[in-house]
Amino acid sequence: MKQLLILSGKGGTGKTTIAGAFIRLACAKAYADCDVDAPNLHLIMARDIGPRLTDYYGMPRAEIDPGKCVGCGECVRNCRFDAILDGDRCKIDPYSCEGCGVCEAVCPAGAVSLKPVVAGELKLYHKEDRVFSTAQLKMGGGTSGKLVTEVKKQMKSAAYEGAELAIIDGSPGIGCPVIASLSGADMVLIVAEPSISGISDMKRIVKTAEVFHVRIAVCINKYDVSPVHSRKIQEYCKTENLPFAGVIPFDPEAVRAVNNGLAISEVDCPSGVAAKEVFGRVMGLLFQGFGESSH
Amino acid sequence: MKNRSPKIAVLSGKGGTGKTFVSVNLASIAGRSVYVDCDVEEPNGHLFLKPEAFCEETVTVGIPFVCEDLCSGCRKCVDFCKFNALAFIKGRPYVFEEVCHSCGGCRLLCPEKAIGEAEKSVGKIQRGVAGNVSVHTGILNTGEVSGIPIIKKLLEASISENERPVFIDCPPGSACIVMESIKDADYCILVAEPTVFGVHNLNMVYELVRLFRKPYGAVLNKCLGEGNPAECFCKENDIPVLYRIPFDSRLGTLNANGKIAVLESKRYRDLFSSLLRIVMKEVPGETAVDS
Repeated sequence: MKQLLILSGKGGTGKTTIAGAFIRLACAKAYADCDVDAPNLHLIMARDIGPRLTDYYGMPRAEIDPGKCVGCGECVRNCRFDAILDGDRCKIDPYSCEGCGVCEAVCPAGAVSLKPVVAGELKLYHKEDRVFSTAQLKMGGGTSGKLVTEVKKQMKSAAYEGAELAIIDGSPGIGCPVIASLSGADMVLIVAEPSISGISDMKRIVKTAEVFHVRIAVCINKYDVSPVHSRKIQEYCKTENLPFAGVIPFDPEAVRAVNNGLAISEVDCPSGVAAKEVFGRVMGLLFQGFGESSH
Repeated sequence: MKNRSPKIAVLSGKGGTGKTFVSVNLASIAGRSVYVDCDVEEPNGHLFLKPEAFCEETVTVGIPFVCEDLCSGCRKCVDFCKFNALAFIKGRPYVFEEVCHSCGGCRLLCPEKAIGEAEKSVGKIQRGVAGNVSVHTGILNTGEVSGIPIIKKLLEASISENERPVFIDCPPGSACIVMESIKDADYCILVAEPTVFGVHNLNMVYELVRLFRKPYGAVLNKCLGEGNPAECFCKENDIPVLYRIPFDSRLGTLNANGKIAVLESKRYRDLFSSLLRIVMKEVPGETAVDS
């Protein structure tokens, strides 16, 4: 099963909108939303079925038994995350604790223990031969990279053997959830936005994907908002030898489609038509290989 | 405690709703102010503010290394590490830097004192000035996992600039990096766009600010004439709407070119002046002196 991952660096460039269109166009049998901080794909992809829910346990969290605590302050001195509040008879700040266990190890009184914590919820939608894996991080749940790995694992183990393609909607940024989503991806499609912010962020996500040796293609969403910057993105792709998969216009119909719970490819609109062309090129790259550059 | 200036965090859950737009323009209209870009994965505020007179500081974390001569191969470090950043290979512990959280536990527990710590750069902080705005930017190195150490350092530094309002431009999402960014904020502005995506993510940051017991209000951005699902959400949940910024295609062009709206157009000067007044009224105890 080939994995296509959709990323952008900058938020709000249209990752989920394009992922939704691709899933419909490909009749994908396996797909996932790895933006566990702010998942949205289910809003347009899972209209008529309920998910199967599983609790996700993140890192454990320290707890101090006030009955056993001797107030020596060893834990406070050794905690590197400032998670132990000194003034309050060694209370733990649950949002700062990373569950490393140093406090437990240094406590001479055995007053600290690590307790498992539900940090989010995994969701699996299953209909006929299609599986859709997603999750929601609990507020205050902390790091999201591990949950991203679980989302992908859940998708892979539920997918049918015959599924050739998995489409994965990623998160913005370049940090832990993005890096977790990159592992195992066969190709990244970067949805760039034609603005100085969009270009700066695109360059950073390209560099990040390169660190992890994943193949990259680029498309531009809302290209007509700034043709000047769209040209710059295309020039950048040429210099960096990144295949360019096409452009999608700004389209108020896209907002309407999304607000009605539809993918843009399900509605007769300019952005839907353009997304189909981009989809064709991306599938060519993914299944026929990059070979020579497509410029 | 001295009279302290308010710290105002701007967040949204969803990316691309206008966090940087709102915080850069508020900082610019506020006169003497501090702008802190906590979106260290993709910092963009500096592209608009274009600060001068840079000073740069590297942010490092401690990464363990094993002195082979001293290591007895007891495995205590490997068994302790909750992040699986140490693996036992050919009778010796091996460090995987990318997953290390720098908790220092392995070093602390090693009975042979065979583990040392080397500083590893994870990113940097840049400070500069743009007119009346003092600009602090955090930048995570590409390939690094966590921006938390950078955000911590950024916010520490901005505290020292007293008597100026501080505007904190937060990362998207609602995970640990956002929590770190709003931890010391006095007030949170939630920026939402009029889509079902925007609403779903507004709901998440709304939960987050309540969990942190922060006072909050919403700015509805890119408002179109038709029904706004974000506005309905605010109404249902009694979220005060501070301002409605209408969709404006000219704004798209200004943004694309890295221009600051309040410096380019009277309309936006007026708009952000009144938004600033509204926000400052909402910030609790803004003028109170706590001696």
